[in-house]
Amino acid sequence: MSTEVNTEASPDVGSEVTGVSRRATARSPRPRRSGGRRGERRMAALLLSPTLLVLAMVVGYPVVAGLRESLYTRGSGLDADGFVVQGNKFVGLDNYTSIFQGDRADAFWNAFTNTTFFTLTTVTLETVIGVGMALIMQQAFRGRSVVRASILVPWAIPTAISGLLWRWIFQADGAANAVLGHQVLWTADGFPAKLAVIIAEVWKTSPFIGLLVLAGLQMIPREVHEAAKVDGASTLQRFAFVTLPLIRPALLVAILFRMLDVLRMFDLPAVLIGVNQKSVETLTMLAWFEATNLRYGSAAAYATLLFAYIALIAYLFVKLLGADIIGEARQAREQARGARKAAKR
Amino acid sequence: MKRALSYLGLAAVAVYCLAPFYWMVVSALRRPQDQFDNGPVPSPVSTENFRAVFGGHNDFGRALLNSVVVAGITTAFTLVVGVFTAYALARLDFRFKNAVLGLVIATTMFPGVSQLVPLLKLFTDIHWINTYQAMIVPSLGFALPLSVWLLTAFFRQLPFELEQAAMVDGCTRGQAFRKIIVPLAAPGVFTTAILTFIAAWNEFLIALSMVNRKEMQTATVAISKFTGVSGMDQPFGTQMAAGVIVTVPLIVVVLVFQRRIVAGLTAGGVK
Repeated sequence: MSTEVNTEASPDVGSEVTGVSRRATARSPRPRRSGGRRGERRMAALLLSPTLLVLAMVVGYPVVAGLRESLYTRGSGLDADGFVVQGNKFVGLDNYTSIFQGDRADAFWNAFTNTTFFTLTTVTLETVIGVGMALIMQQAFRGRSVVRASILVPWAIPTAISGLLWRWIFQADGAANAVLGHQVLWTADGFPAKLAVIIAEVWKTSPFIGLLVLAGLQMIPREVHEAAKVDGASTLQRFAFVTLPLIRPALLVAILFRMLDVLRMFDLPAVLIGVNQKSVETLTMLAWFEATNLRYGSAAAYATLLFAYIALIAYLFVKLLGADIIGEARQAREQARGARKAAKR
Repeated sequence: MKRALSYLGLAAVAVYCLAPFYWMVVSALRRPQDQFDNGPVPSPVSTENFRAVFGGHNDFGRALLNSVVVAGITTAFTLVVGVFTAYALARLDFRFKNAVLGLVIATTMFPGVSQLVPLLKLFTDIHWINTYQAMIVPSLGFALPLSVWLLTAFFRQLPFELEQAAMVDGCTRGQAFRKIIVPLAAPGVFTTAILTFIAAWNEFLIALSMVNRKEMQTATVAISKFTGVSGMDQPFGTQMAAGVIVTVPLIVVVLVFQRRIVAGLTAGGVK
């Protein structure tokens, strides 16, 4: 199929240029190159605008409104003459400073620590288990497709449902304790609750990493491994110095997306353990709780802090590890430019 | 020896993925009075939990309908809007292309709650609470970037030389797009539709916050709020049955279109 396209395409490239130039001169007196480019640009703007407009409304506006909201407080107060004043009042950075004072500082740092702890532990475990799964599946002779199908099951189950499922498994007289033969109070507030969230999260998402890594592994040419084997590299050495560097780009992007997802975790701890439980409260849960209690100003302040934290982590991750998310696009673009140059020549 | 080890590994992966799900199915099929029986197969098998899902106070049929409406409209809308954008990103060459792609990715990384707080306030003011649009509009915030990203990944793999060939043969750009690219792009669009639908179907935070009336709850929220007959203890059997009802159609779709979905997930790299 691909060779067919190629053999047909190569004579076409020349005729395409003449075709375009003929049409361009017929339609407009403009020089051909800039006319084509401008048309393309206008078309791109036309095609992009609906998406950008929708994103501006459903994401851009809330960001700005949230920033503004975090500087206001709601509710009634007394004005200088002793009248009750309803509505929003500008309070500057009070919503932020009050987060870091007294009891609320404890709640914030607790949620911050939980969020960070969940991110570090789950993403590490997911990566290790996911890479392990991918290696197992790659070694397989038969039955790979059956396992690949079963790997999609945890991914397809809604997070809230999997939270309920694990809540059921982790009941005091549930399956987990029956298997362990030991009574652990998983769903009460405490360290086992953290563990329960981590187990449930890793179960649901490590197959996904496995799937991505498997796709990366299958792109590595067998000759590379054979060459390393001929040179006397052991299995472990081949994994560390051949496989890992080659799947690194795919793995880094997967890890980045996983991290950003865990940083905003809400469904799983909320359903599995419950809201307002100190041991599993995340930053999203804290902000959500404030918002449902109509304290929009402080909810917006929490949300802004979380946003800043996520942006910082994403920035550091991309800067330090060089995860190249849109690299593929850049490459494709350069290829297209190269092809156009070749066609012009 | 090596072969046996590899089968053992595969079996371990399959058990890891399927055991908890199997437990959900088994628990759903027990009689409510056997709920705490930890045997590996239900005996006797009973559909009582499934009947309870649709009976009593739970009104689960309505919740399923709500989920279909919200996820369906979200998916349809994002596809219609996203297809054009993805075509431009994959096919056309213009300045700011990487900036637009970066923006789309940045919105997928966006924490839902910082979008939710201002919208919750806005929707309260304009009386949108307990409406479908209050759930659909915020869902676009994650569904649209996801589908644009996936569609762009698919469209890049299309043989655009064919389009140029058609234009040389006298098609206009629009005709070439309709007659050559659309049929070739259909599988990618279809896969994106499935993945976006699943993402919207699994949404929890928005649906939980924007709705407080029971008859507007989506399935995921409704299940988490099921109450038992006595009202106090959590009706796990019923919840597992409802979980099976919500999950099995997804799993069937996922298994039928397995290859496509794996291609979509690995091309997009996002959830």
